[in-house]
Amino acid sequence: MKQFLTFVRKEFYHVFRDSKTMLMLFGLPIAQITLFGFALTNEIKDSKIVICDYAKDEASQQITYKLAASNNFSIEESLLSHQQIEEAFKAGKIKLAVVFPVNFTYDLLHLNTAQVQLIADAADPNTGSTLTTYATSIIRDYQQDVLQSKSLPLSITTEIRMLYNPELKGVTNFVPGVMALVLMLVCVLMTSVSIVKEKEMGTMEVLLVSPFNPFLVILSKAVPYFALSLINLSVILLLSVFLLDMPINGSVVLLFAESSLLIVTSLALGLLISNSTASQQTAMLLSLMGLLVPTMLFTGFMFPLENMPMPLQVIANLVPAKWYYIIVKSIMIKGLGFSSIWKETLILVGMTTFLLVVSFKKFKIRLG
Amino acid sequence: MAEIVIKAEKLTKRFGDFIAANEITFDVYAGEIFGFLGANGAGKTTAMRMLCGLSTPSSGKAIIAGFDIYKQTESIKKNIGYMSQKFSLYEDLTVIENITFFGGIYGLSDKEIKEKSEILIQQLGLQGVTKKLVGSLPLGWKQKLSFSVAVLHEPKIVFLDEPTGGVDPVTRRQFWDLIYEASDKGITIFVTTHYMDEAEYCNRISMMVDGVVKALDTPSNLKQEFAAGTMDEVFFELARGAKRKGD
Repeated sequence: MKQFLTFVRKEFYHVFRDSKTMLMLFGLPIAQITLFGFALTNEIKDSKIVICDYAKDEASQQITYKLAASNNFSIEESLLSHQQIEEAFKAGKIKLAVVFPVNFTYDLLHLNTAQVQLIADAADPNTGSTLTTYATSIIRDYQQDVLQSKSLPLSITTEIRMLYNPELKGVTNFVPGVMALVLMLVCVLMTSVSIVKEKEMGTMEVLLVSPFNPFLVILSKAVPYFALSLINLSVILLLSVFLLDMPINGSVVLLFAESSLLIVTSLALGLLISNSTASQQTAMLLSLMGLLVPTMLFTGFMFPLENMPMPLQVIANLVPAKWYYIIVKSIMIKGLGFSSIWKETLILVGMTTFLLVVSFKKFKIRLG
Repeated sequence: MAEIVIKAEKLTKRFGDFIAANEITFDVYAGEIFGFLGANGAGKTTAMRMLCGLSTPSSGKAIIAGFDIYKQTESIKKNIGYMSQKFSLYEDLTVIENITFFGGIYGLSDKEIKEKSEILIQQLGLQGVTKKLVGSLPLGWKQKLSFSVAVLHEPKIVFLDEPTGGVDPVTRRQFWDLIYEASDKGITIFVTTHYMDEAEYCNRISMMVDGVVKALDTPSNLKQEFAAGTMDEVFFELARGAKRKGD
């Protein structure tokens, strides 16, 4: 036991003394979460719009306030004619124009129907349709208010409710994806490189000649990275909760337990890579190429798996991060308990066991 | 005759069709400095790895420090020290941390480590640099430190795989002073080397050519046998017939 602790302490020295490792360990998750959270979001913020209000009455004013209050829009100016709107679009100054016709309030209250025109810049069709969706829901929201206060006879309104993500936040997709990515990357890369480093430096031979149990070598290498990954995970979660307003609806304990499982999977994978390579560069390249790309592609957080051709969907099933991603989404966003994710957990446990058995077997051969 | 601490009998290692070490047989006595010589690719490292338990022999027998090489590797490991060809301390750890680490994995107590490291630092004159990273020390110091760490747990035998590669003759001489000191304490030294002046320092030497032990005797007897003035000539005479090219 004392020997084991001596070894673990040595591993911590290695980690803390290498600025590159430290940067990798703690810089990477922070950079990724901010990058994915802010830069790579598909949520549209502060789009410039114009209001063309021919009515200038109560209802049009209130809708304008509502649009102004939303952080999706920022109202550039109020224009008076269609002519000006077209010019603004051509100049690329705005993305959306909202046009209220004359007698807007009157029509709404007396005819029970009123029209608002939404003109979007569809040069980028996705942005265009997203913006009209935002605006429509804000207008519908106002319509609800009016209906309630005036206690008018019920009129049919379609209600769209976005389950789990009512604000259509992109963050909810990215955070679990980044968690999977960072944990995989850090654990696999760090373990494989640190074991291969011992081989390259010749210290592995010395360790194997010593009475120290070779399996403990592996175990003591895993301990620091396991601990640091948990810290990493906490940092990611804190950042996403406080910086990106990401909810954690389910059990935090369960979330950490499942994450620990993925960390063990990654450590096993790192061990396997280190057994099959002789140089740090190869180990690094294998970890990056062999993991970064599949994790990005096949987890489902960047590209929907449903849209992929069948063979790729099958391959995706082999990526541990895919299952972890489902688990994290279920816990964090849907707030589900273990009973709903036991199947995914079981798959992950199976993968981990397989990887551990294979890598330990391979490790033993190298001793002979 | 002194006690036999290494007994190799027809020890063989095959890698597929290639026989790296072919029925090597020799005895090493307690307290002896045994030089294990051979050209590159002659099979020195393979033989040494088998004796250390790093590699399992294909056939043959060997007893190390009284323990069987197949069944009692754990007991062997406790009784040997090893210094590899590649310089084998952790460069990003300080001198004292390296000593503590290697002492620790050999199961020495904190008290033993403290006492031994003080003596060691005194002996090597490392007082000012104990808290410096090993990577910042000159190669000669590293090698001396590496050797001292390999014998920290007072093993019966220490295996040195080309320990003095790449350093100047003065430092090599100092390194050999350490080896003599360890030998005086009763530690058996098993050393491979390329340097023929170092071969002269050994009590007995063996010469490996193409995986076979071609000669085994004291340096002076060998010189007599081959009618050579220096070990260089002996080496040349023996290695000339080698078919394997060095790697």
